[in-house]
Amino acid sequence: MTMTTTSTAPSDLKDEGDPFDRDALPAPQGATGALLRSLLAARRAPVVRAALLLLLQQAAVQAGPLLVAYAIDRGVPAFRRHDYGPLIAVAIGYAVCALGAGLLQYAFIRTSARVNQDVLLDLRGRIFRHAQALSVDFHERYTSGRLISRSTTDVESLRELLSEGLQELIAVVLAFVYISAMLLWLDLGLGALAVLSFVPLYLLVRRYQRRVAVVFRTRSTLIAAVIVKFAETMNGIRPVRAFRREHANDVEFRRLNHRHERSNGDGLLEMARYVVGSRLVANTAVAGIVVWGAYRVASGTLALGVLAAAVLYLRRLYDPIDRLGMFLNSYQSAAASLEKIAGLLAQTPSVPEARDPKELPAPHGDHPGREVVFEDVRFAYRTGGEVLPRFGLTIPAGQTVAVVGSTGAGKSTLAKLLARFYDPTEGRVLLDGVELRDLATPELRRGVVMVTQEAFLFSGTVAENIAIGRPEASRAEIERAAKAIGAHDFISGLPDGYDTDVRKRGGRISAGQRQLVAFARALLADPAVLILDEATSSLDIPGERAVQRAMDTVLRGRTAVVIAHRLSTVEIADRVLVMEHGRIVEDGAPADLIGGEGRFADLHRAWRDSLV
Amino acid sequence: MPEKHAAAKDRSTVRSLLRLWPYVRPVRTRLFSAAFVAVVASCLGLVIPLVLKWIVDGPVAGRDPGGVWLGALALLLLGVAEAGLFGMRRWLVARPLAGVEAAMRADLYRHLQRLPVAFHDRWASGQLLSRGTTDLMLLRMFLAFPLTFLLVNAVTILVGFVILLDQQWTLGLVLLAPIVPLVILCSLFESRYAVVARLAQDQVGDLTTVVEESVLGIRIVKGFGRHRSQARAFRELSERLRGTELGKARLLAGIWALITTIPEVAIGAALVLGTVQVADGGLSAGTLVAFLSTALALRWPVESIGFLLAMSQEAATATERYFEVMDAAPESSRSGSADAAMSGATGVAGVARIAEAGATGAVGAVGATGGTEVADHARDAGAAEVGAAGATGVDEVARIAEVTAAGATGATGGREVADHARVAGAAEGLCFEGVEFRYPDAPAQSAPVLARIDLRVRPGETMALVGSTGSGKTTLTALVPRLHEVTAGRITLDGEDIAAMPRERLRRLVSVAFEEPTLFSASVGENVLMGAEDAGEPELGRALDIAQAGFVRALPHGADTQVGEQGLTLSGGQRQRLALARAVVGRPRFLVLDDPLSALDVHTEALVEAALRRVLEGTTALVVAHRPSTVMLADRVALLSGGRIAAVGTHRELLRTNAEYAWLMSGAEPGSQPRNGQSPRKAGPEAGTARSTAAEAGPEAGPKAGTARSTVAEAGPEAGTAPSTAAEAPRAVSGSGGTAIPTAAAATHEDDPAGPADGEAARLAGRDVADEALGRPEPRDGPSHGAAQLPAAPSSGHAEGSPR
Repeated sequence: MTMTTTSTAPSDLKDEGDPFDRDALPAPQGATGALLRSLLAARRAPVVRAALLLLLQQAAVQAGPLLVAYAIDRGVPAFRRHDYGPLIAVAIGYAVCALGAGLLQYAFIRTSARVNQDVLLDLRGRIFRHAQALSVDFHERYTSGRLISRSTTDVESLRELLSEGLQELIAVVLAFVYISAMLLWLDLGLGALAVLSFVPLYLLVRRYQRRVAVVFRTRSTLIAAVIVKFAETMNGIRPVRAFRREHANDVEFRRLNHRHERSNGDGLLEMARYVVGSRLVANTAVAGIVVWGAYRVASGTLALGVLAAAVLYLRRLYDPIDRLGMFLNSYQSAAASLEKIAGLLAQTPSVPEARDPKELPAPHGDHPGREVVFEDVRFAYRTGGEVLPRFGLTIPAGQTVAVVGSTGAGKSTLAKLLARFYDPTEGRVLLDGVELRDLATPELRRGVVMVTQEAFLFSGTVAENIAIGRPEASRAEIERAAKAIGAHDFISGLPDGYDTDVRKRGGRISAGQRQLVAFARALLADPAVLILDEATSSLDIPGERAVQRAMDTVLRGRTAVVIAHRLSTVEIADRVLVMEHGRIVEDGAPADLIGGEGRFADLHRAWRDSLV
Repeated sequence: MPEKHAAAKDRSTVRSLLRLWPYVRPVRTRLFSAAFVAVVASCLGLVIPLVLKWIVDGPVAGRDPGGVWLGALALLLLGVAEAGLFGMRRWLVARPLAGVEAAMRADLYRHLQRLPVAFHDRWASGQLLSRGTTDLMLLRMFLAFPLTFLLVNAVTILVGFVILLDQQWTLGLVLLAPIVPLVILCSLFESRYAVVARLAQDQVGDLTTVVEESVLGIRIVKGFGRHRSQARAFRELSERLRGTELGKARLLAGIWALITTIPEVAIGAALVLGTVQVADGGLSAGTLVAFLSTALALRWPVESIGFLLAMSQEAATATERYFEVMDAAPESSRSGSADAAMSGATGVAGVARIAEAGATGAVGAVGATGGTEVADHARDAGAAEVGAAGATGVDEVARIAEVTAAGATGATGGREVADHARVAGAAEGLCFEGVEFRYPDAPAQSAPVLARIDLRVRPGETMALVGSTGSGKTTLTALVPRLHEVTAGRITLDGEDIAAMPRERLRRLVSVAFEEPTLFSASVGENVLMGAEDAGEPELGRALDIAQAGFVRALPHGADTQVGEQGLTLSGGQRQRLALARAVVGRPRFLVLDDPLSALDVHTEALVEAALRRVLEGTTALVVAHRPSTVMLADRVALLSGGRIAAVGTHRELLRTNAEYAWLMSGAEPGSQPRNGQSPRKAGPEAGTARSTAAEAGPEAGPKAGTARSTVAEAGPEAGTAPSTAAEAPRAVSGSGGTAIPTAAAATHEDDPAGPADGEAARLAGRDVADEALGRPEPRDGPSHGAAQLPAAPSSGHAEGSPR
């Protein structure tokens, strides 16, 4: 992400303790659980419905062995007596259970899928809206990569937990409860033995969970390193190529990848250990129960059908143990992801929406511009590092002000305060007497629009990109804006003109052209106050002239703040501010300053020389 | 970006998955052993019910408690063996599968690094990343479970049915009955699920794109207060994804339900029948218990087929997505050699043509000057052929003049031309010869971005590249380090075709600073020293000094401060200076700078320029420039217009003689530019038509010889007579020597404000004058006059009138 000049004053540097340096922002105690609860709370009814369906479904599934026992112990003797009732009951019962299990399964999957998808939709939306609400300074520090991985891979791991893991867990737990109950009901002794086997199993699960958590934490850090390296290389592919980094990158990537591979293998081996242990316990228990049961059948204290049912249940009891391991896997990764998401959602926007929004007064007089006042404004970044020490400025409505000064003088901060990307630490910024903090977003954006150096284009057509300035604008208006700024010719030359998709075939648009589109966007927005922060840096001189002409004609009467390294812009300004270390050191009409002996006169001379 | 998801090819799941073989091959022994072990373990599981049967029918029926112990021991041993084998299976594949995943990821990374830049232009990095992470994890899971268990389960089911049939074939058949409908249902499911699964994966990609863009464009979203509409767009997409996911769930729910119900019904039927048989005495109770136990043991293998198939399907999609990228052809290290060979072949024939054209160019000059010396040169170079060329006809000559690269040097005199042509590329410095470029994904009928670029940057010379916004400057610079490959023509460094050079060497020779300065997650020092392998502290300091990157010292850890995605964020100007330092740190022979100072303030820019000028002294450099200040770094300037080099000269020359250039550099106020009132953007290229004629004749001679004509053209009918042309022509001849002679023509131009007022008239008049000037002094050069004039044909459209 491109940073603005001001955010890099040395005092703004992050020290080791900055949470932004780590991947995870600190989430308040219990925020993860609270997040999960709040996501599910809104869907209590379907959650309950899904749980009920699963309960019934398990009941239908687990009825099978019971029917087997009934058939062997009751059905056979009854059949021999030519009493077909029990057997018919078994047949009907089995058919009903089978069909019921199937239907319930179907209903459950669909219900739970709906719940899962609603939760994910909700969570995705929350992350997205929250990220959009967070202020620009947050984004400058958090970096896009992290935000993307929050809303993609982290949401994905929750999806896995919800769609596979949770269902698995509920099914496993239900099976445990049902089967234990059945076994106990069939025969107390056999049941007790089975329940007893849960103790070593539980210990195994605990141990596995603890060990795998460690492995997983390491693994997620290692995969993050792999991802960062990967993304960085692909985003900077040109310099990678030009500076022949391929080989060095391969080596570095192999190292990172190998570390992840080790940890990945560790996790799989941990799983192998768990499977051996749990299987061993399960099979021993089966052998024990069978022996004891058979012994009792042989000695006549247990019915054969009961033993058969018990054996069938036992097999089912221990079957899902492996799946429990898989659930633990997805649980661990989802928990880690949710924690990161909770940390993000716990961030509060430093530029909050107005609670009790006020309206701007109706534009007065014949010009649409508005008066801008910086009233005792002081600004420092959250990390410290004062950029603007107490600062006052009044820009009358309709005035065009050029702000010049060296890198780090605070020009961009001034612009961002006016655009309300930041709020001042102290003091107020007023637009026609109304404080910016009191304006609702739509009102604020009718008032102030800022065009920056990095002209980002969104996926979509050129026309759509311009229309961001005013979504309800007609095609004619869009074209008029493009013409006014001198962008019409190149847009018409694109394969589909205004309908060219900027990311598709033939849609390559150069840096300068992107800036023109950004300008057309601002022109279309038709704001009372226009801020240009280095907005013409990639334009050629004629392009810059076209922009200036547009400002002279289309934007006449608007208040404008222009920040530019090139002093050509200054020619259209009514007033020039020279900034140095966050202070205005010169202020006056261009002609006066040029005639003088100050910094601006120096700058101007240097610039004139550069023009030759 | 739906376009990217290459239309879901009708490739079967199996075919897709087979492509994994090369990666699986190295671990095949372990994988097959693991599968074998798993089969054995599963079969052991099937033996357990048989032991059970033995216990029930033997000791239990015989009331022999002692015999039970024997059965128990057998059960325990089987259980322990089963557990051990299952563990062994996992142990066998744990490391190898992690290895396969890692190998595939490393390969992907390796491959992506070597794919053409054009590929990266089209693919969002998020789409690539998801292939490198989630898709590969899916594949590892597939190799770990579905692959093994589809086999294991198949064998288990087979063995199980053999046991079932062996125990009681009638009951066995009852259980076998549902197999056919299940297979049909599964294959139906598979084909429908494949479509939805791919759709869902792609929609996730689209969603990622919106997230990515809303973050990258956060200032715009905020600046225009569009976060609500952005959120709405996001919601729409995520709801669409939700719809797809629900569709997926519906399919899954259906198949799961069927897979659960159908076998269960069969088991129920077997139970009833079995009970009847037991009652009839046709079957032992133990057999029925064992039978049902076996049947139930088979339930999991059968049931699991549903999700194993789903997983396989997703793995197949992941494989497709992975190979979509892997199948893209990398910048092959020898890709250029084919071209080189071809141009070598044409080279032979080319020499003759070049000589002709060179002569043509020279003769053009002769025509203008009437100077005999040049005429001699021209004859030496093959003026004889000129006649022939004339005879070959208009089209032919025009083609020759266009194709020729060395005609370029025409102005230096015919002999030199011929020499150059003969030693084909002995030319030093950086040469573009007839370079044409169109983006590989551009629509076929569209005009190339760059067409017939002929330009020579002499050794040690700094050439500024100027052109209006979107004229292709950045594209042209990307051709030098071969980030893009030329579509036609060639670029040479000290006479060596870059297409025949290993990229490694080429990129060591050429150093680049990009318009968009990218820093990597590394220290400042490492970032700068990327530009040179063996450079150390002193070079670093020097490079930082040149780039005026003194701010580095003020960073918390100086040059060791971490920057990039995982470190400190620097401002655009700071990053640009570091990128510049990176470009110069290795003291490269050739330097390509793309608008390297755009984000610097005037003061810093001046300092950087002063330092850069010293560096550029011994370096052959091509510098994209928007501003006069940057242009001042250069010895000469090339004007890029309409995809060609329209003019070459010093800044001052071009300012005077080239209206478009003057317009670009000064933004000439409306009123002083040609074709008043018109959009300047239009006026430029049109006024340049006459000039482009010259440019086509050859890069060096062209512009200069051409200057004569264009000057004439601009000067208008009254002024544009032989004398002025003659005055201009000598300069054209000696032009390559670099002597700039103030020209009468230019003066005329200044004196004659009426001339430029009407571009069209001027051009027409200019043509006449040029005809006159070229044709008159040497009547025997009739054909050459035609030839010289002809190159104008493609752009001016006046060719038809020329060969009178």
